Amino acid sequence: MSSSSRTRFDQELTDLAHNLLVMGSAVEQQIRDAVTCLVNHDLKLAEQVIQNDDIVDHYHHQIEDESIRLFATQQPVASDLRTITTALKIIVDLERISDYAENIAQTAARLEDPSLLTPLADIPQMAQIAQTMLRDVLQAYVNRDISLAEEVYQTDDSVDQRYRNVFDTLRHLMESDPRNVYQGMELLLVARYLERIADHITNVADWVIYMVSGTHRRNHKNNGKAEA
Amino acid sequence: MADALQQPALAQPKLAVHDLNVYYGNFQALHAIDLDIQEHAITALIGPSGCGKSTFLRCLNRMNDLIADARVEGSVLLDGEDIYHPRVDVAALRKRVGMVFQRANPFPMSIYDNVAYGPRIHGVRSKERLNHIVESSLRKAALWDEVSDRLNKNAMGLSGGQQQRLCIARLLAVEPEVLLMDEPASALDPISTMHIEELMISLKDAYTIVIVTHNMQEAARVSDTTAFFLNGELVEAGETEQIFHAPREERTEAYISGRFG
Repeated sequence: MSSSSRTRFDQELTDLAHNLLVMGSAVEQQIRDAVTCLVNHDLKLAEQVIQNDDIVDHYHHQIEDESIRLFATQQPVASDLRTITTALKIIVDLERISDYAENIAQTAARLEDPSLLTPLADIPQMAQIAQTMLRDVLQAYVNRDISLAEEVYQTDDSVDQRYRNVFDTLRHLMESDPRNVYQGMELLLVARYLERIADHITNVADWVIYMVSGTHRRNHKNNGKAEA
Repeated sequence: MADALQQPALAQPKLAVHDLNVYYGNFQALHAIDLDIQEHAITALIGPSGCGKSTFLRCLNRMNDLIADARVEGSVLLDGEDIYHPRVDVAALRKRVGMVFQRANPFPMSIYDNVAYGPRIHGVRSKERLNHIVESSLRKAALWDEVSDRLNKNAMGLSGGQQQRLCIARLLAVEPEVLLMDEPASALDPISTMHIEELMISLKDAYTIVIVTHNMQEAARVSDTTAFFLNGELVEAGETEQIFHAPREERTEAYISGRFG
């Protein structure tokens, strides 16, 4: 490979990373808006979240096409191979996260009375933690920072804990008054979507660790050498 | 660094190279190379021009003896025996460890005589025996079906890819154990290259193969182990999948992904 074609390839890899960050930011916005429209009962914002999912899908396909083109034309090896493979994997998780945000917005649009949210501070907190996790994991991706990716992984536990809190609270509310059941079921789904969103972000963290170290997290924890 | 040179734990290597230093006059071409070549496997030597990989290859059957001011230090063990020991019969060594070159170099004689040349030198006279060797060597080299009806035609009339397979057949006719290949496909078109690569893979069950190549994809496709040389040093050797997926050394990464060389 001549140095000028390597320069062009480097530029293409930079563009790929840039597009992935743009997609990531859009997905982070989706999480924020989805929970905001639920809490504020903002039907207009809910509609916007539902529409913006198409934009995220567009980024997904664009990055997918670009990655496949780079495989075909550059036959990448070593860290180039891992970087492009990681992009292909990450966009699937980002796209799923946006789908969950859309589901939350659809719930917000259906739910005429979200009064049960008041005792459920854990739901907006889950959304906030998920946004932070997503921002951190994108930062870890850009800076090739394994320890930050590992932190994101650990943060997932606090999202899981809040999901269990929501589950217990809603169960109690539904058991005590059957009129709470419809709203309770909808909000339980919202909590479940947020818990799944955080899980997808840990998948992204896994791929960042792979991209940097060449080994998956499951091997990485037992293999000190890879951390060097 | 020691870690980077770690070899996969396997049986006794076919060739064990230890602390190999090679000089051409005052120029040191190889620096303290340690590398094991596993039996029934393909080892690819990669690196930019002048990195020492061909020099290393030529050390494995003492081809460097033919270069006037070349000096070799260190040890190369073939099945545990030092090939640089003064009592070693170099002709017998080169029968066991044969070489295929970048440019196919058939002799200007018939296809049959090309393949029969080595066995005749080594004293095979029986016509029946020679017929058998020629056919089986051409079959092993995946050339028989293309030339069986014109064995008496001049070998120079074959295509480049056929000539290279003929040279491999000529080598197989003397029943070597190790095949050294110095960029065997670099002068060939993609189809002929594919034939040579398929041939290498089919031969590795019976032979030990060491190939020098400038083609990264070729090394990745055919070899089990890859060794990366730079400026006369062995930078990294390991399983081919590891080298092309997650090399340990930054210099390996830079070379295989086209950042220099």
